[in-house]
Amino acid sequence: MLRKYLNKIKPHFEPGGKLQAFHSVFEGFETFLYTPASTSTSGVHVHDSIDSKRVMIIVVLALMPCLLFGMFNTGYQNYLCSGADGYTFWNAMAYGFLAILPRIIVTYAVGLGIEFIVAQWRKEEIQEGFLVTGILIPLICPIETPVWMLAVATAFSVIFVKEVFGGTGFNIFNVALVARAFLFFAYPAQMSGDHAFISTQPICGLGGTVTYADGVSGATPLGQLATGVTDMTNAVGQPITSWDAFIGLIPGSFGETSTLCILLGAALLLFTGIASWKIMLSVFVGGLAMGFVAHTFQTDLYPASSLTPVDQLLYGGFAFAAVFMATDPVTAARTGAGKYIYGFLVGVIAVIIRVYNNGYPEGAMLAVLLMNAFAPLIDYCVVQLNVNRRMRRLKAKA
Amino acid sequence: MAEKINNKSVLLNPFSKNNPVIVQVLGICSVLAVTAKLEPAIVMGISVIAVLAFSNVIISLIRNTIPTNIRIIVQLVVVAGLVVIVDQLLKAYTYDVSKQLSVFIGLIITNCILMGRLEAFAMANKPWPSFLDGVGNGIGYATILVIVAFFRELLGSGTLLGYQVVPDSFYAHGYVNNGLMILPPMALIVVACIIWIHRIFNKDLQE
Repeated sequence: MLRKYLNKIKPHFEPGGKLQAFHSVFEGFETFLYTPASTSTSGVHVHDSIDSKRVMIIVVLALMPCLLFGMFNTGYQNYLCSGADGYTFWNAMAYGFLAILPRIIVTYAVGLGIEFIVAQWRKEEIQEGFLVTGILIPLICPIETPVWMLAVATAFSVIFVKEVFGGTGFNIFNVALVARAFLFFAYPAQMSGDHAFISTQPICGLGGTVTYADGVSGATPLGQLATGVTDMTNAVGQPITSWDAFIGLIPGSFGETSTLCILLGAALLLFTGIASWKIMLSVFVGGLAMGFVAHTFQTDLYPASSLTPVDQLLYGGFAFAAVFMATDPVTAARTGAGKYIYGFLVGVIAVIIRVYNNGYPEGAMLAVLLMNAFAPLIDYCVVQLNVNRRMRRLKAKA
Repeated sequence: MAEKINNKSVLLNPFSKNNPVIVQVLGICSVLAVTAKLEPAIVMGISVIAVLAFSNVIISLIRNTIPTNIRIIVQLVVVAGLVVIVDQLLKAYTYDVSKQLSVFIGLIITNCILMGRLEAFAMANKPWPSFLDGVGNGIGYATILVIVAFFRELLGSGTLLGYQVVPDSFYAHGYVNNGLMILPPMALIVVACIIWIHRIFNKDLQE
């Protein structure tokens, strides 16, 4: 039925039709709903039913556990800190849903709006890259980030990180992470510190008002560590353990607190073969290795060095960055050996920034962005080494 | 130089077609450094115009007596002398701005635009065209400086020349100044935007 409707309205969008100007929009929706009938006609291509739209949808599905858990955690933290009555699982979920919904809508509206305009301007098809980016941006930002800031950051990173380099697939840096980095540096007071990570206002009669007094603190565990508090507590002063960090009922950016849900997403990505297991594994190995080094040479000067290597992986955005950010196929290294080097260095640098720079409680974002910049260099070196080795072999034979 | 020098084009070309910052991409370091606020940017722009114009004239006057081997040193001495004069004048009359600009007035000496103009133009032309060339390039540089500083101060601090222009009611509704605008990377991005817009209107500059 939908197919019939699409076929009916299609002529309007062909050149000469009255809605010609929206051709790229129509094309985008049509191929989003149905596999396109036209396939590549030249050169050698592997014909597979999977295309980048299907890939994107699977990544979005893999993000669903994090999104759902983020909703619950947002509501849970609000009820916990405000002491409001009526806490049930469903109320917490509804609260979190209402808190995140405007953010997701605004991010998609701004990002897709820019993509549509640019695609129409360049007379290209709409690229589907923003499907994932649009959901990643709200997930990696604190829940209290004002909605207009998300809109500004999304516009900035879609225009300056993606479109000026030529659109989806040509960007050097991870678009979602640049949006977060933009917010982090442009609005530090709203993006970090004690007051960003817990939703403070009641929404539609759910939840309550949080006031930061009476032993209520919204600092994330890593934020507490950076200020020298080694006995980390949750928002109302109860001590937290590695298990809490694994489950994720701690203050943090919306979708990254629960390592468990991230691992569920990782399982889906690895099972479908969409994310590179080489990168994922080596990020975790790098984090463990550097965490081990930091823990061995533990000092009071750098309080985060008191975390055990495993805790380094559980707290903060490390796991999220490893699974969803470092594995972005556009910005990561592409050669096999390059992936190991890239991933390992992401893990190592994330922990280095986290431990040895008390100004930045979390280093995963900056580590991935830094390694994005180096990924082409790593690939170049790997390929050149291979070329040189083969040249030598050739000479030895001759 | 064999062909006839057109005084008007010497003065006007650096404004747009041959702008030292957005076409030749020279002097970027000081654009990053002094454009966080509008006032120092204007003072810096005027200083560069003055130094560039007069050093061009001086070098042009003595161009036939400078031994080729040591011309860079001679140029440096002239520029350095003028920069010291400008620096002292700023210290005497606008002490606060001079403190904000700090080392960057002294660094006019190493500004690539100056050496470029001295080498490329003043060494080969008469004093009057050289003067116009210096003024033209100085204004071309200063214009970009002021445009960048305008956006950086407006978005980064909500002020212009130190006066608040973003109304308080904005802040009351949750508007926050963009801290990234104060940091140097944003100056690069603003310059890039200016280049982008400039090239849309100048098709012949597009690569």
